[in-house]
Amino acid sequence: MERLLNVTTVLSILMLIMVLFSVRRAHIRVEYSVSWLLAALVMLILSRARPGLEYITRHAGIPDTPLTLFLIAGSLFVIMFFRFSVIISNLRDDNIALAQRVAILEYHLRSHTQESTTHEV
Amino acid sequence: MIRPTGRDSLLVIVPAFNEEGAIGDVVRSIHTYVKGVPVLVLDDCSGDGTVGIARQAGAEVLTLPHHLGLGGCVQAGYKLAHELGFRYVIRVDGDGQHDARDIPRVYDMLKTSGCEMVIGSRFAEVNGSSTSFVRSIGIRFFRMVLRPILGKPVHDPTSGFVGVNHRALEVFSRSFPLEYPEIEALVVLQRRRFRFEEVPCKMRPRTTGRSSITAKKSLYYIAHVLLGVFVNVLKYDGRTRNQTGG
Repeated sequence: MERLLNVTTVLSILMLIMVLFSVRRAHIRVEYSVSWLLAALVMLILSRARPGLEYITRHAGIPDTPLTLFLIAGSLFVIMFFRFSVIISNLRDDNIALAQRVAILEYHLRSHTQESTTHEV
Repeated sequence: MIRPTGRDSLLVIVPAFNEEGAIGDVVRSIHTYVKGVPVLVLDDCSGDGTVGIARQAGAEVLTLPHHLGLGGCVQAGYKLAHELGFRYVIRVDGDGQHDARDIPRVYDMLKTSGCEMVIGSRFAEVNGSSTSFVRSIGIRFFRMVLRPILGKPVHDPTSGFVGVNHRALEVFSRSFPLEYPEIEALVVLQRRRFRFEEVPCKMRPRTTGRSSITAKKSLYYIAHVLLGVFVNVLKYDGRTRNQTGG
């Protein structure tokens, strides 16, 4: 159990560092890094607070403390994936609307250019 | 530039993706059988000569900056038609399977019936049109699913030969299903209490290119469309309940 908690601590710290570096290099935007940072922090705190983890295990009726850790981690990531699916869906809608608008504006531009060329001739 | 002419202005839109083998004939046949009506080819970022061939054949072309899929491509055409003020829009596929001689019948039905949508149907009467075995099973299945939702039978719910009037155009220019739009579009219109009619038409076998719905994709297609139908029913039922305070 202790080894598992240590591994979780190391992974959480690695994740925190990775996310902070990515934000610094502008690979991900600050607003999208918050979810990852929060998830990493929660995992870090849980891995260093064994009594808290055991309290949750007892009260939730989970048979095993490591299972509690995995359940919490799993739930966090499922919530994050859902959140990112919502963000991706919105971005796709915006992207389609923009592409359609670009096409329509290009069509108008081309038509006006052709008309003015015809008038000049 | 295309402009609406007269009170019953009509625009024919032709969504196309890599259809250089068929698009020229499609545009020319529309010009032959529906004289004086502008044709707008909606190019979904083709990598072949579709744009050039369509322009040579006398069509205007709306070129999308990247591939959006059928729904996004058709909606771009609806948006432009709505902004330009067209009263009727008829969609014909760019693969040459629809017969341009059927366009006047769809147009007449749109004008005389007052319906928001008219579907060119392969199965409204026996006319020799055929489709693959897998596809025909899918069509039968969706007929069954749609019957209670639409409140009347629809013979050819997957037909891409569709005419709409300005009211449907206004709705579709704001909201249109993005993938496999035909069936969902019917539900969208029905939930707004719009009406549709079917007109018998012929469908020719595809001579060039390939259908986007392969046998492998059929299951995904069915699941996707079913989910879309279900979501649309729930969405509009919820809206109706909220409006009535239920």
